[in-house]
Order: sequence, then C-alpha cells, then structure tokens
Amino acid sequence: MDQILGNIGLLFEFPVVNLKIILDGIMVGALFALAAYGLALVWGVMNVKNLAQGDFVIAGGYVSWYLVQNGFPALLGVPVAFVVMWGIGWVVYKLVISRVIERDLFTSLLATFGLAIMMAQILNLLFGSDTQSVDLDYDVLYFFDGFIDVPIAKLIGVLMASALAAGVIIFMKSSRMGQAIRATAQDARAARVMGIDTEKVYAFTFSLNSAICGAAGAIIVMVWVIQPFYGIAYSIRAFVIVTAAGLGNLPGVIAAGLGIGALEQYGAHIFGIGYQQAIAVLLLLLVLLIRLIQQRRNRQVLK
Amino acid sequence: MKKLSMLSILMAAFSLTFSQASLAACGEIVLGSAISLTGKYATNGIHAKNGYEYAIQKIKENGGVKIDGKCYNFKVIYYDDESKGDRGATLAERLISQDKVQYMLGPYSSGMTKAIAPVTEKYKIPMVEAEGASRSLFNKGYKYLFAVLSTSEQYLASAVTLAAEMAEKQGKKPSSVKVAIAVENDPFSLDIRAGVSEDAAKYGMNIVIDEKLPRDLSDMSAILTKVKLLKPDLLIVSGHSKGAATAVRQIEEQNIQVPMIALTHCEAADVTGKFGDAANDILCSTQWAETLAYKDPLFGSASEYEMGFKNAYPEYKDKKVPYQTAQASAAVYVFKDAFERAGSMDKEKVRAAISATDLMTFYGGIKFSDAGNNIAKPMVLRQIQNGEYNVVAPSAFASHKLNWPRK
Amino acid sequence: MTVARNKTILYALILAFTFISPFLFPDFGTQLATLWLMIIVALTWDMTGGQMGYNSLGNIFFYGTGMYVAALIAIGMVYDVGDYTNAAGGGIYEFTDLQYFGGLALGVLGAGLFCSITAVVIGYLTFGLRGPYFAIGTLGVAIAAGELVSNWDWAGGGQGIALPVYPGDLDTGKIFFYFLFAAVGVGTFLFAKWLYGTRFGAAINAIRDDEEKADAMGIHTLRYKLYTWAMAAFFVGMAGGISAFQLIHFEPLESAYQTINLGIFMVVCVLLGGKGTLWGPVIGAILFHVFKEVTWNYLLGWQWVALGALIVVTVVYFQDGVMGWLLHKRPEWFGIKVEKKVAEQAE
Repeated sequence: MDQILGNIGLLFEFPVVNLKIILDGIMVGALFALAAYGLALVWGVMNVKNLAQGDFVIAGGYVSWYLVQNGFPALLGVPVAFVVMWGIGWVVYKLVISRVIERDLFTSLLATFGLAIMMAQILNLLFGSDTQSVDLDYDVLYFFDGFIDVPIAKLIGVLMASALAAGVIIFMKSSRMGQAIRATAQDARAARVMGIDTEKVYAFTFSLNSAICGAAGAIIVMVWVIQPFYGIAYSIRAFVIVTAAGLGNLPGVIAAGLGIGALEQYGAHIFGIGYQQAIAVLLLLLVLLIRLIQQRRNRQVLK
Repeated sequence: MKKLSMLSILMAAFSLTFSQASLAACGEIVLGSAISLTGKYATNGIHAKNGYEYAIQKIKENGGVKIDGKCYNFKVIYYDDESKGDRGATLAERLISQDKVQYMLGPYSSGMTKAIAPVTEKYKIPMVEAEGASRSLFNKGYKYLFAVLSTSEQYLASAVTLAAEMAEKQGKKPSSVKVAIAVENDPFSLDIRAGVSEDAAKYGMNIVIDEKLPRDLSDMSAILTKVKLLKPDLLIVSGHSKGAATAVRQIEEQNIQVPMIALTHCEAADVTGKFGDAANDILCSTQWAETLAYKDPLFGSASEYEMGFKNAYPEYKDKKVPYQTAQASAAVYVFKDAFERAGSMDKEKVRAAISATDLMTFYGGIKFSDAGNNIAKPMVLRQIQNGEYNVVAPSAFASHKLNWPRK
Repeated sequence: MTVARNKTILYALILAFTFISPFLFPDFGTQLATLWLMIIVALTWDMTGGQMGYNSLGNIFFYGTGMYVAALIAIGMVYDVGDYTNAAGGGIYEFTDLQYFGGLALGVLGAGLFCSITAVVIGYLTFGLRGPYFAIGTLGVAIAAGELVSNWDWAGGGQGIALPVYPGDLDTGKIFFYFLFAAVGVGTFLFAKWLYGTRFGAAINAIRDDEEKADAMGIHTLRYKLYTWAMAAFFVGMAGGISAFQLIHFEPLESAYQTINLGIFMVVCVLLGGKGTLWGPVIGAILFHVFKEVTWNYLLGWQWVALGALIVVTVVYFQDGVMGWLLHKRPEWFGIKVEKKVAEQAE
C-alpha cells in the first residue's frame, strides 16, 4: 500500500513522469491497435474471433529477425513480414478458417486457439525459445534533461504503424476490394447476390489481417523483444481493444488502442509492473461489464 | 544456424555409432531427467541438456565409468516438462515407476526442482541437480537431493558488499546506499531478492524500489522510469534470460545512469553479442567462469572445457558458454565419481558415495553439506568490460578492477 | 429389458475395473488418477457447455481456486500461513497424521463449497454475456485470478505453496489419491446422470436450445444458470483441492490457474467425446488422455504441435465427437428406431 501511494506521489512530484508514461503508452498502444485493427476486420467481416492474433504478430517478428540475422537491413523486415505473413494467412484460411466461418462462434474461438498453440510451438522449434530483438543503430532523442527518451527506432516504428493503418483505411474506402469487403461485412448474402465472390473476400480479409499482424510484429522486434510464447499477451490486448471499440469502427479501434496502452502504463507505474497482465485482463472484464450494463438498459444481452 | 545444428547432430550421431562400435563392451547406466525443452525455461533447459550430453560423450570417450573393473556409459532418458511444475512431477514419477530409472539428473530452475524433489525423495532416488539454486530446496531435509551449484541468495549478495565498499571509498556510510530491486516472480528470483534484501538490511541500506517482473516480460520501462526519479546507487535485475535481455536494452535506451547495475543470466542471454557496448560495466553473477583456475582430469581446465564444448556444439561458437551448461556437466561428473567410488550399482551405496563427494572439477570444488547443497564453491561476480567478462569479486578470484561508477 | 440388464452389467464392469485398475497397473497409478481428474473436469464442463449452451473457458478458475483454498485451510489450521509461505524463512513445518488428513478432508470440502459460492458471484456478473463473449469473459476471470494470486505474497506469490508429503508409504499414497479422485469422479458422474433426468435437466436444455423462449415460458433462467455453474464448480473445486495434495508443490500460473493447459483440455475432451451427452465427456477424456500421454512420450518437443493439431482437427472436422458419430451411425444403440426406408431416403 505504501508503495502504491509512493508511486502515485511520484506522479505529482514529477509531473513530467505523466508525459513520459503517456508517450510510452501511445507507442505501445499504436502496436496493440494494429493487431486489434486486424482482429476487428476479421471479426466484422467474417465473424471469426481469432485467438491466434498474437501469434501472427510474433511470427511476423521472427520473419524480420530472421532476415536481419542473414544480413538484410532491419527496415526491410516490415514489408517482407507483411508479404510472408500474407501468404501464411492465406494458407491458414484455406486449411482452417474457411471451414469455421459458417459455424458457431465458439468453434472459431477454439480452432484458432489450437492454431495459436501450434504456431507458438513451431516458432519455438524453428527459432529456439530465446528472447530475440533487432537492434537499430539509431540515436535516442532526449527531452527534459534527458528525462524523456524517444528512441528514433520507436519513432520510426510508430510512424510505420500509422502509415500502415492509414493505408488500410484508404484502401477500404476507395478500392473495389475494400468496397466488396465492406459490403460483405454488412450482409454477406446480399453481397453474394450482387455478384461479389465472398469466398475470395474472406480469403483476402484474413490474409490482410495476418499481414497487418506480421508487419506489427516486425516493428515490435525492433522496439521491444519477442519470444515464441508472447503471442497470448497481444491476443488479449487485441480482444480488449476490439471489445471496447466495437466492430466496424476502425478509427475507434485506434483510439481505444492508444488509450489502453496509456492506461496499462499508468497501472504498471502505480501498482507495479507485475500487475501489467492482470490490468489488461481486468480492463477487458471492465469493458465487458460496462457494455453489459448498457445492453441491459435496452433489455438486451451481449451476443 | 539451423543447418549448423543439424550438421552437428548428424556428426554427433556419426561419432556415436563409431565410438559404440569400438567400446561395445561397455554396459549402460540409465539416468532420467525431465527438462524444459519448451515453455519459459526452454533456453536454459537446452543449455543444461547440452551440458549433460557433452559430459556423457566425454566420459564415453575416456573409457566410461569403471565399476568393479567393468566399464559403463551413461544414457539419459529425457522428457519435456514444458517448464510446468505439475508436468515435471508427473514425468519424474513416470521416469521412476515406468522407465525404472534409478538415478536422476535435475531439471532446469528452482521451481521445477522444487516440484520434482518431493517425488525423487519419495522413491528414494538420488538426484544430482545442477540448476536449482533456491535455498528453500535445502531446508526440507531432503536426503536424496544434491546440488552442485551455490544457493541463490549468494548470487548477487556480493554486489551489495561491493556497493557498500564503494560507498565507504566515497566517504559515505554504507547505510546511505539506495537499492532498487526488480526480480521475476518465480522461486529462483524471489530467493535472490531475499538474499539481497537480507544483505542490504545488514548494512542498513534503503530499498527504494522493490518490484516483481511478470513472466512474459517485454517492457520494463515503467520500472526504469522510477529508477530515474529515485536515483538508486545499486540496481538489481533478475529474470532469467529475458530479464537480462530486456534490462540491458532498455537501460541503454532510457539512458539510465546508476553507478552499479547487477544482473543474473548475462551469458545465457548473450547480452554482449546482442547489445554490444550497451552491456558495458554491468555486473553479472556467475556460478562459473572459464577464466577461473579450476581443473580436473576429465575435462581439463575451465578454459579447456569451454573449448571442448564449443567444438562439440558449434552453435555456441560466438557466445560465452553459459554456466548453466558447465554445472550440468559437473553434475554428470559427480555421478561418475560416485559410481566409481561406490564400486557398485546399489542405489543406497551410490547415494552414500555422492553424499561423501569431495571433488575438484573444472567447475570448482564440490562437497555437499548435510542438506545437499555444494559448500565448496563460491559465486563470482564478473563485470562486462569492453565486451569481455572479467572477474571483479570476490577479491580472492578477482582478475580485474571494478569500473565504478558505471558510465 | 435386455438393454437395461446390459446396462447394469456394463456399469458393474466399469465400477469393478475402477476398483482393480490401480492394483493391476501399479506403475500407472498417477496417470490413472489424472485420468479421473480429466473425467471430472470434462463432465462438469459439459454441465454448462454441453447441456446449457454456455461455453466457459474459465472453469479452470475453480480448479486453481480449489487448490489454494484447500491448501490454505490445511496449513491455516496448524500454522500461520504467512510464516509458512515466506520465501526467506527456513523453518521446517511438521504435520501429524491427524493434521494431515483432517486438513485434507476439510480443505477439499471447503474448496468445493468456496468454489460454489464464487461461481454464483462470478456467474451473476457474467451470465449476461452470451456465446463467445461468455467464453472470453470467463477466460479473463481465470487469467486475472492467476495473475493476482501470483502477486499475493501471503499465499506464497509466485513461489507457490509446498504442502506436506503423504505421511504413509509411497504406494498407499498413490492409491489413496487415486481413490479420492475416483470417488469424486464417480460421484460427479452419478450426479450428472441423475440431474439430466430431472426437470432441472430439462430446464437447462431449454436454455441451451432457446434462452429467450425458455425465459418466456417462465423458467427463471439466471437462477438455473447460477445453480448449474455452482454445482459444476463444487466438483471442480474438490478435484483442485485433491490435486494440491497430490502434487505437493504447486504455483499459481503454471499449475493452479493453468488456462492454456487443463483449462482448454477439458473443452477438447468434451468436444472429442461428444457435447451434451452423458458419456461423451468420459470417452473424450479417456481418448484425450491417452493421446496426450503417448505424444508426450514419443514426440519430444513436438507434442504441443500435435496437441494443437488435435484441437484444430477435432473442432473443425469432428465437432460432434465420438457420441455424435455413433448417434449418426448406430442410432439403435440409443434407443432410436429408424425405419429403413426413411433412413435410405435420407442418405
């Protein structure tokens, strides 16, 4: 208890800490948001809840790491991870996902859970269980007497994440495929009647999701560390964010991602870093409860 | 890298068939081990397994274990405990009751050893373990558990002593030293925390940060921000390999200026190889260093062990051989020595022989207390100086002077 | 008539096998005990998942909580828990036979009761969630509980708790735990068999089939849901309590609140055997346990890949499970008469 009070005291004693926490939170949140963004897409379009989301992220990280090990520049990792994970996403779609779309939602949840277990283990067998990271030789910018540090690598990461997000939003708005995806999300049957090949749309959407996750992973490996078994942490965050923001609300997902990143950092500061995972999960429960109460007011349940 | 290891496996298999052909007369002693090949301890579990296998190969090449004029070779049955205690206990039970294993090598980490030791104790199976350092293993009155390594409260205790010495040199009181502790929430690291807090309390030092790291740690900037605010004189981080890697990376990134930083598992995480200069002047506790002057007739000196091991396992070529590997080899050596002294395959006689071990090895002296821990070998503290690991404490072993303050 | 007699003989055979198996296969005592544990958790999962349509991913919460409650009761009756679990403390704590067995009995019962109560509380908060939201919400409860307990120093924190060893000799200890699990397992089975035949069983099936209609027909759905979960939690909690004593040492994240292990295994067992049937979870648990032990033996390192693949394949291609498959192939075994012609037409 004393420690918690002391930590809260620090926030007031050194107001600049707040800025630091928020900045850190936004940087973490931007990457959470990216994974959540893909989840919202898949969830909204094909009603599949992908629990392997985090493992796609980690797999993308390993793709990038592997490139760097073989002498390629680190920044190349992001587009390559995007492409490679696109391919893996397509294979996974054909083998597993395409068969669970029409089934009840618990099926997709469990099937992707099995997938998550397999992916984590295959990564472990391929690359070993060491924590890995890619070190970029960029400087760190310091502000406020060196108190606030902004590594240029992180900055690049966040910029790439936002460029990717913006790209996908524009793609969804203006391209034919984007329109087809949105049409399928609204009403798959009607879309089929109108001549849209929904099977193709589904395959495209899932591959896109996997690619976005892969790119996020490639950024994460430049900024933090990855390990084959870290996927679940990103999956949980993605679920928290999508549940909080709701489906079909991509800007909302980004806002929720940033907010949750910042909240988590505050929580870690006040209660200690040991509670970080607990805080993320409790946030999820809180969001579910709030949405439940909202629904109850309309005499409905959360389906 | 993958290719290399495949090649080495092939080569090992090749040499195995060869040596088997030439030493066909030797019998077999079967050991069992549940070790972490997957899960959070997998990195070090594999280091330990390689250490076991290297020692077994080495013993085979040198004529095997001689019991009563006959020669024997070790063979280990491994299971993957997935870094999960309940799994480890089940597998230990299976090794003993289904595979009829009479002797066990330990798993990796104190937590896993804690889960398995009650089982081996129940069945009266001697277990020589090399990777479970928690003190809480040695206050249960276990009779069949022997550990070749020093207990974990000693890991970083000498860092506290060093910090006190440095404070005195500066004309300050040791009690003015502020300590920050960030350890993983598992039995091993909590024991380190207990050791550090005890020693810090002895000097009357003030512990300003005391946090636990989560098991899937990838970001500890929240703690480091507090370090910046509270300006401790000594920062202790312990969280197996991932703790060391994350700490070194973020300490550099956030430009943390603490006069003394002490970690565990630097070599296992290969911090010098991964982060280069960022790791400079960090103190690392180690059970063993290849620069120490220990030697034995089987492995040669500590540095010869390192060279031999790197030849057998080329994937370690650009890294330090972690002490986790060395102590695993030492555990096998203890078995060999005990079997030969017992001159018998009788379990109780072997247990008595293990308990009476008084052995000098490349890894250091090995002599067990009644509780089963090794009391003949001190921990050493190394400092990373220009990418090299140099021993700086305790003073009897120090080859270099401590760089202080850091940066 | 013959069907009924056949059934009686079958049950008698199974019961007899239950009794002699630990003596027939003494080396497999622990694995057989674990098999009973799997049967218990699968059966209880099916109470809400298969019979009531509420797929919980958080039933492992009751297993972990059961472990902790049982251990804390047993220790707390004799010593100060904080001293006992203290990482730095070097004290040796002895338990007399009476303290051990008394602690075990009260601990296991207390674990069951406590879990029932928490099921009602958590259920009250989460039963408004449907389908996947319920699954995610309950999974969240289990993960959060594990994380919070691992930060709870009084209860051992990340160190976990080491309980005393069984006081008697080894083999009796093994058989003792086998029969404890078997007793709870048989109890769970008989209870479920009785329950599904009552009006209560019909009511929860109605909730599964259409909750709104069930509600409209005057079934107090929330109350039924809470009772069902509380019953399931009672048995899981007891099983957790027994596990705590059998394992001797356990820690919060990997052995107590092991969400991605046992927490998912129980669901896979049920799906493998057949959801919403009495025998499905039992058959599924046996199949799954055998598969798991075999892969763990022979696929060093790859066992998780095999397990993940089993989950995916079961869920995607074989969701009706063994019982569903049998129902389709051999309907007469279930007392369903199919006219040949109709069946042929349906083909």
